[in-house]
Amino acid sequence: MWKNRVGRLVSGIGGYPDPLPGTRRIPTEGMRVDLFEYQGKQFFGTFGIPVSPGEPVTTVEEAVAAAERLATYPVVVKAQVHVGGRGKAGGVKLAENIDEVREHASNILGLDIKGHIVNDVWIEVASDIAEEYYASFTLDRSAKKHLGMLSAEGGVEIETVAENNPDAIAKIWVDPVDGLTEEAARDWVAAANLNPEANEGAVEILTKLYTAYVDGDADLVEINPLILKPTGEVHALDAKVTVDDNADYRHDWDAYEVTQVRDEREQAAHEAGLQYVGLEGSVGIIANGAGLAMSTLDVVNQVGGSAANFLDVGGGADAEKFVNALTIIDNDPRVKSIFINIFGGITRGEEVANGIVAALGQIDISAPIVIRLDGTNADQGRAILEPHLSDKLQMAPTMLDAARKAVELAN
Amino acid sequence: MSIFVDENTKVVYQGLTGSQGRYYGLLNRDYGTQVVAGTNPKKAGTDVEGIPIFANVGEAVASTGANASCIFIPAPGVKAAVMEAAEGGVEFIVCITEGVPAQDEAWFFNKLKRDFPNVQLLGPNCPGIISPGQCNIGITAGHIAKEPTEAGPNVGIVSRSGTLTYQALHELKAQGIGVTTCVGIGGDPVPGTSFIDCLERFEADNQTSAVMMIGEIGGSAEEEAAEYIKSSMKKPVTAYVAGQTAPAGKKMGHAGAIVSGGKGTAAAKMEALTDAGVQVGANPTEAGELMVETIKSL
Repeated sequence: MWKNRVGRLVSGIGGYPDPLPGTRRIPTEGMRVDLFEYQGKQFFGTFGIPVSPGEPVTTVEEAVAAAERLATYPVVVKAQVHVGGRGKAGGVKLAENIDEVREHASNILGLDIKGHIVNDVWIEVASDIAEEYYASFTLDRSAKKHLGMLSAEGGVEIETVAENNPDAIAKIWVDPVDGLTEEAARDWVAAANLNPEANEGAVEILTKLYTAYVDGDADLVEINPLILKPTGEVHALDAKVTVDDNADYRHDWDAYEVTQVRDEREQAAHEAGLQYVGLEGSVGIIANGAGLAMSTLDVVNQVGGSAANFLDVGGGADAEKFVNALTIIDNDPRVKSIFINIFGGITRGEEVANGIVAALGQIDISAPIVIRLDGTNADQGRAILEPHLSDKLQMAPTMLDAARKAVELAN
Repeated sequence: MSIFVDENTKVVYQGLTGSQGRYYGLLNRDYGTQVVAGTNPKKAGTDVEGIPIFANVGEAVASTGANASCIFIPAPGVKAAVMEAAEGGVEFIVCITEGVPAQDEAWFFNKLKRDFPNVQLLGPNCPGIISPGQCNIGITAGHIAKEPTEAGPNVGIVSRSGTLTYQALHELKAQGIGVTTCVGIGGDPVPGTSFIDCLERFEADNQTSAVMMIGEIGGSAEEEAAEYIKSSMKKPVTAYVAGQTAPAGKKMGHAGAIVSGGKGTAAAKMEALTDAGVQVGANPTEAGELMVETIKSL
């Protein structure tokens, strides 16, 4: 499923069946894939950016073996999670010897950091630090150019720097057609007022970082801290990389996919190829189109309820889609009612109604369902649903009415 | 009048020989769009239901006078397809394909701006554009849009969302309100056409009396549109922003938070739009009702 996106064209909101299942996207932002620090460092490494030697491990025994192979102390034992603040949570520890590696690894593995359980640990050779900087590239959607940010005040939360001392961040907007020229990189580095000793190394790393960002199809590359060592080298001590899921066809990112964190519901939906985001409310949502699905959450909220999920079932009307969507939602213990919100475009109302009826003939759904069906041939669609209506399957004429009914049933 | 496309628009479909290109290309032709050509280098000289296939856009333009293209090419080929269209000589490019890498989008957006400043790209990842009664390019169901009336008042629509656009078209039609043009700009990070590109044209179009705008969470396009409306628009605008209760989504690290600078939430967008004098509905229905009230008061 991870590799089959090449043939994708449209999400099918117009009604044409998706050419390939499993190819839909998170609303509005596109799907991104967050890399663990160690994956980010391996990613940087392939573009020639200096990072510390280290090994990823998943057990205490592996941690000890890795430290023995690295054979340089101290080493840092670092929790690999997709959340910040791991240092404060006890997820980053310095180990002077093999016993400390064992101790820290056993404490960190299984640790809960803001709801993220640590399953992976990165053991790396510790670095001496003279100075700490910050560097990143991301897309400035407003300028429609790439934005590079560099600051001599690294190692801390860069938002705080941005707020308290915005002049401490040197920014460069790079036209993707030109790329980052060495001259521009030099001016940018000079503007950041790093230790002059770091300038040459910084220009080199930032040029490589830009290449990694573009050629590596990243949405974000961030080094915090970028360090100057007492010996004069510049070095990436951390790595935060988010890659663009849409570009997976030209990369081998299977290893990143394996370490994405999803809850059970999201995993099941992902495997079924559904566009699903798990939420905490009690009304299960199925809508066709990301915008309509988002607005369904809004309306449910406005009438005093809360959604258990976001689910965009896309275009087309085959029963299998509804079977998968309904099954995943009904398996969620939070769900007390289900709101199906369909607006027919090229896919006509009667086709959708037939799909839903066929799906309900194949599976047993315990939560009561409220359907709002509007748009093309909605009357014919409603007529098809009519004989199947019961306490468990209700229909409402408008989005607001349906939301009220679904919320009432959930409360 | 309409904006971007009208009855004189002649469209070449890049990918007409593929399953989706054929499906929508023929639907668009049935609607009345001048679908004059398709491209496929391996099938040049053949035809799809009478629509001639050329090796590339340049040849199609030379033979048929096509002035717009519609791209139904899989995402890996979109970058090349967009440049082929611009180099081939069309002025308006509609890219329906979703899943185009952001790096490609950022590149061709800037490349077009520099080398082909007169070419307007719509999309990628958009439903397309319809000027009801004249031209429908893309995947919108044409029958749900009402043609503009001679007497007016008529509405222009610009939207980041597909299904919500259909709903807006449907509700306006139910109220007997005509639409000059409905533009789906799509929700990708670097859309070829922005809200402002459309608002400027609607403001200048004498058949459009009011504008309906449908936004979504993420980015700052709605905030920028609000600034434009405040400074430069006289026509009334109503809006809806989807995602008021949507999950915040994955935050793009620290760099992303700085770039957005507090923009991007539905609340921030609604506030900016309200501040610009836009009537903002809490949900699509309310926004539709506000539009109807506005139109009836004109």
